[in-house]
Amino acid sequence: MTRHIQLTEQGKLKHFLTIEGLDKQLLTEILDTAESFAGMSEHQVKKVPLLRGKTIVNLFFENSTRTRTTFELAATRLSADVLSMNIATSATSKGESLLDTIHNLEAMHVDMFVVRHALSGAAHFIAQHTAPHISVINAGDGQHAHPTQAMLDVFTIRQHKKQFEGLRVAIVGDILHSRVARSQILALNTLGVAEVRVIAPKTLLPAQVKTMGVIPMHDMDEGLDDVDVVIMLRLQKERMNSAFLPSESEFFRCFGLTEAKLKRAKPDAIVMHPGPINRGVEIASSVADGQQSVILQQVSNGVAVRMAIMSMAMHSQGGAA
Amino acid sequence: MNKILIKNGRVVDPANNIDAIGPVCIADGKIVSVLEQAADFTAEQIIDASGRIVCPGFVDLSVRLREPGHTQKGNILSETRAALSAGVTSMCLPPDTKPCIDSPAVVEFIKDKAEKAEYPQIHSIGALTQRLAGSELSAMFALKQAGCIAVSNASEPLGNLLILRRAMEYAATHDLLLMYRANEAALSGKGCAHEGAVASRYGLPGIPEAAESIALAQCLELAELTGCRVHISQISCKQSVIKLQQAKKYGLNVTADVAIHQLHLTEDNITPFDSNYHVLPPLRSAIDRQYLREGLVNGTIDAICSDHQPHDLDAKLGAFPETEAGVAALETLLPLTLALTRQHRIGLSQAIANLTCKPAQILGLATGALTPSYAADVCIFDPQASWQVNRDNWLSAGCNTPYWQQTLIGRVTHTLLAGNPVYRLAE
Repeated sequence: MTRHIQLTEQGKLKHFLTIEGLDKQLLTEILDTAESFAGMSEHQVKKVPLLRGKTIVNLFFENSTRTRTTFELAATRLSADVLSMNIATSATSKGESLLDTIHNLEAMHVDMFVVRHALSGAAHFIAQHTAPHISVINAGDGQHAHPTQAMLDVFTIRQHKKQFEGLRVAIVGDILHSRVARSQILALNTLGVAEVRVIAPKTLLPAQVKTMGVIPMHDMDEGLDDVDVVIMLRLQKERMNSAFLPSESEFFRCFGLTEAKLKRAKPDAIVMHPGPINRGVEIASSVADGQQSVILQQVSNGVAVRMAIMSMAMHSQGGAA
Repeated sequence: MNKILIKNGRVVDPANNIDAIGPVCIADGKIVSVLEQAADFTAEQIIDASGRIVCPGFVDLSVRLREPGHTQKGNILSETRAALSAGVTSMCLPPDTKPCIDSPAVVEFIKDKAEKAEYPQIHSIGALTQRLAGSELSAMFALKQAGCIAVSNASEPLGNLLILRRAMEYAATHDLLLMYRANEAALSGKGCAHEGAVASRYGLPGIPEAAESIALAQCLELAELTGCRVHISQISCKQSVIKLQQAKKYGLNVTADVAIHQLHLTEDNITPFDSNYHVLPPLRSAIDRQYLREGLVNGTIDAICSDHQPHDLDAKLGAFPETEAGVAALETLLPLTLALTRQHRIGLSQAIANLTCKPAQILGLATGALTPSYAADVCIFDPQASWQVNRDNWLSAGCNTPYWQQTLIGRVTHTLLAGNPVYRLAE
């Protein structure tokens, strides 16, 4: 079903809602396409005319300057017209339903929606209810999925590690509330890494985390032992108010990434973070800014990966030049 | 219509241990005789039930009619038509109407509407607390006098255990049955799915089984303490079945029901984000479903209800967590119950008992059986008839069923309400 809704009958990408149901070949195609765009940002002319004449609407029901900006930049570099709507503060607060908003925009003949929403399943819902010629890209829905972030993360991993086979990856922090982690786990397993570990206190792990294809762990020293990639997740401040954790300092003591803890990982291990980082909460500044950190490369790669996904989804709609 | 003869049908009347082919004689709205026909009984109307099953009309312990207050979703007329087409001749209406059933005036309003709809056996359940707010007791005696058959706080939480204790003592004072939906709100929180593999994978806020089984255990303890008669509504999980089984073994006067969809569906059905599977309590794991089925077979669970909750389209349009919970389930109650008898170890007679005499006994109603002198509330159904769930075959105002467009087996052909043939399936 998930596969069915995301792909055309020819197996091409139509919507990009979740990694689930996409195979290794398709994920690799996204990465290869992204690679061809990656060099472009160093060129003097940073644009390609692939989506000229197309209209892309960024529908952000939840605020996010960073993700929205990279989507805008990606669309602009593909020569599309871009409109960004911050709906968190407009239509739906006036009682307009999600579907009304979508149908109103549809009536303006747009070609693609990039959707961020605070509830799991919102992107699926929109994809199921939009006109057939419109592509939907999930830019984060609730705690469900953030598949473009996961793709830029595996893109960054591939840049450094060349291949996925044999890699050990540790994801550290608030897995329970993380759509990024859910998508990363699916992408890493589909691409064939050896092992995905999730390291967190039990309060921040999903109830049936073992069924997700990961090894749950609660100890950083053990969890980071011999890993190739360390992915730190952002810890939301509100977790302290609802009995998930006692304090930021206790979290940092147990699960914060310090230089000392990082020594347990392989010497050439890379450190990643989807951002924005809480220095001194989940990661020490010296690590975030250190030799092994690739956090800023992730940001740069975000544009190329999103260009790849947008152009591929639009191409299957018969739209790309 | 004074005298009716239903002939050639297989009569299944679990309360009277009957399962045989023979006549059912009805006069002046009442059952006269079953499996025998007095020489002087001359029928004015004959219903040929060859190849069909004749059983008592179903007694449904939980049906939302959406009136008063939510008539965009359905109303007493529309939902009682659906009920009659489904063989349901008595039903309990939970108190979460708007206004809720916390005053005799609302009970009177419903009675009035029920009479106009020619469906008198809508049994209002009174609110346990005023406005269902969970803090002050409702006027239970006045509600009982107005006709409430039991009290309940529907799905609304109670402020604390002391309020539950007092409410149970007060209900027991007036010999009112408490119908209790076990849910510890602090544990279920904003959850919308079973806290299992599917919710983990899809990032849906989860509801642990313990939210139900802890509340259930507390209620059973207080039943022991207060002597209040308790019926646990719509249980969903293994631990609830185990705790109920222990309590019954111990001799506690407690009964329980399960919604029919819980006996068929699991969390796996909700993938990905199909809001028609959004129900509360949530669809749980295959293990929980197994325990529920076994609980039904061994008598731990007494009754099957539809837990009918019709919705307007908008209620189910949205991201899964923001959609409203519930399925429109009256019209699938019989075919899904029959499916249990085909696929699992539940005998036909037992399954019919779960829909008829057992719920009637819980409520203390003289119905749910073809006992002579009882009102002739009768359902006749074709156990082999297959039909598709679609607009043409559907009477409820709510189309929110996971079975939409599916073909089900078993269909009601006639329903008699106090001897009146009120429903007949078009040929």
